[in-house]
Amino acid sequence: MRTVLIDYGAGNLHSVAKALDAAGLAPVTSADPEVARDADALVLPGQGHFGQVVASFEASGFAPVVQAHLAADRPFLGICVGLQLLMEGSEEAPGVPGLGALAGTVRRFPEGDVSVPHMGWNTVHAVGDAPLLRDVPDGAHAYFAHSYYVAFEEGDLVGGRTTYGPTTFLSAVSRGAMHATQFHPEKSQRVGLAILRAFGREARAHREASG
Amino acid sequence: MLAKRIIPCLDVHDGRVTRGQQFGRAEEGGLRDVGDPVEMAVRYDAQGADELVFYDITATAEGRASILDVATRVAERCFMPLTIGGGVRTLEDVTALFRAGADKVSINSGAVADETLIRRAAEHYGAQAVVLSIDAKRRPEGGWEVHTAGGRTATGLDVVAWAERGQALGAGEIVLNSIDADGMTTGYDLDATRAVARAVDLPVVASGGAGHADHMRAVLQYGEADAALAAGIFHRGETTVPEVKRALADAGLPVRLDELGTAA
Repeated sequence: MRTVLIDYGAGNLHSVAKALDAAGLAPVTSADPEVARDADALVLPGQGHFGQVVASFEASGFAPVVQAHLAADRPFLGICVGLQLLMEGSEEAPGVPGLGALAGTVRRFPEGDVSVPHMGWNTVHAVGDAPLLRDVPDGAHAYFAHSYYVAFEEGDLVGGRTTYGPTTFLSAVSRGAMHATQFHPEKSQRVGLAILRAFGREARAHREASG
Repeated sequence: MLAKRIIPCLDVHDGRVTRGQQFGRAEEGGLRDVGDPVEMAVRYDAQGADELVFYDITATAEGRASILDVATRVAERCFMPLTIGGGVRTLEDVTALFRAGADKVSINSGAVADETLIRRAAEHYGAQAVVLSIDAKRRPEGGWEVHTAGGRTATGLDVVAWAERGQALGAGEIVLNSIDADGMTTGYDLDATRAVARAVDLPVVASGGAGHADHMRAVLQYGEADAALAAGIFHRGETTVPEVKRALADAGLPVRLDELGTAA
């Protein structure tokens, strides 16, 4: 299986690449959209300001490749702002569109009750039969570092939810072959590696099923 | 629930971890070698440390090259958050540390010299990646004063006001090091930590003075810190990360304990 880690200038890819490696995915890190075009699985990391991340992503030429990959329901993993990019937009950069694969807008944590950024290890609770979370105990801790979130709403989505102060947000999501986490699996020690291995298993199963 | 973090701190001098920072000791030849930074990082990772902080305490060209090498080698073996600081003065310094594998970069004297460094780093890498590290010394008349250059230079800045300024500039976390408490193993400066934690909406990491787990409990509860950093008590083997966390859990604090066997 060919996994491509998308390098569009979004920071620390080194750790993501090493963790994917440790999880058995042996990724190719590439800044060339052509390399990603026929990948079996794409991994889209992201950190920093939503507007700047979108600008880098657009400038990199990866946007149409990722859109086509998602439209064809091929294995995909978004991490941190890589999850937020799947939404329609963010309060962090009003008017800047995301990929729109999921409905909704990314919001900022309310200040006052809790420290912002939400920084550190928080518990992730499975929502539905979440494929990424099958090998970790319910309420396992994962590492977060973010100021914006996608609100959790009861509905059809499977994945994970996490509560910070008064806010319960979507900390993981899976729809078909598309997966994403708000936390950093590459920074979440054994729990994180178990989640990356689960992604690899899902991606391989998807590849076999689609011949 | 968000867990309180326990963070071993490794002061790196010429590629080796030395004993706790103990302001001023580097010049007196008082450094003591306590181990290889990568081996120690791997050990703390296996213990389930929540994060690791590395400071380059040489802050010379050689020290810089050596801390970048340490960052890269640790990031290859430890899948956990890494904060790196020491002698960070320019955006190029910040970029080099992120490229080497840092998740957060800690800025101290460099921010006092040029406060726009915090803003520029945050605009570039996001607030969550920028830590303002403050060395605080108690004033005889009350309050605390910011010191730089490893505690040698008094700046006239008030610690609480500087922390608030750091938040306004875009820092995503404050590490508060007490110069008075550092290396004393008699407990953190609870009042300084609480004053800063109440003044800012950012996570606050308490540093300096840990002698045992109950000091950590006190600074996480009374001091209202989000995380407790310690060096000597871990490096000397007086306690371990799991021991500290069990004590904190017994005291009713939310901590991250063994999941899937973090203690290898």
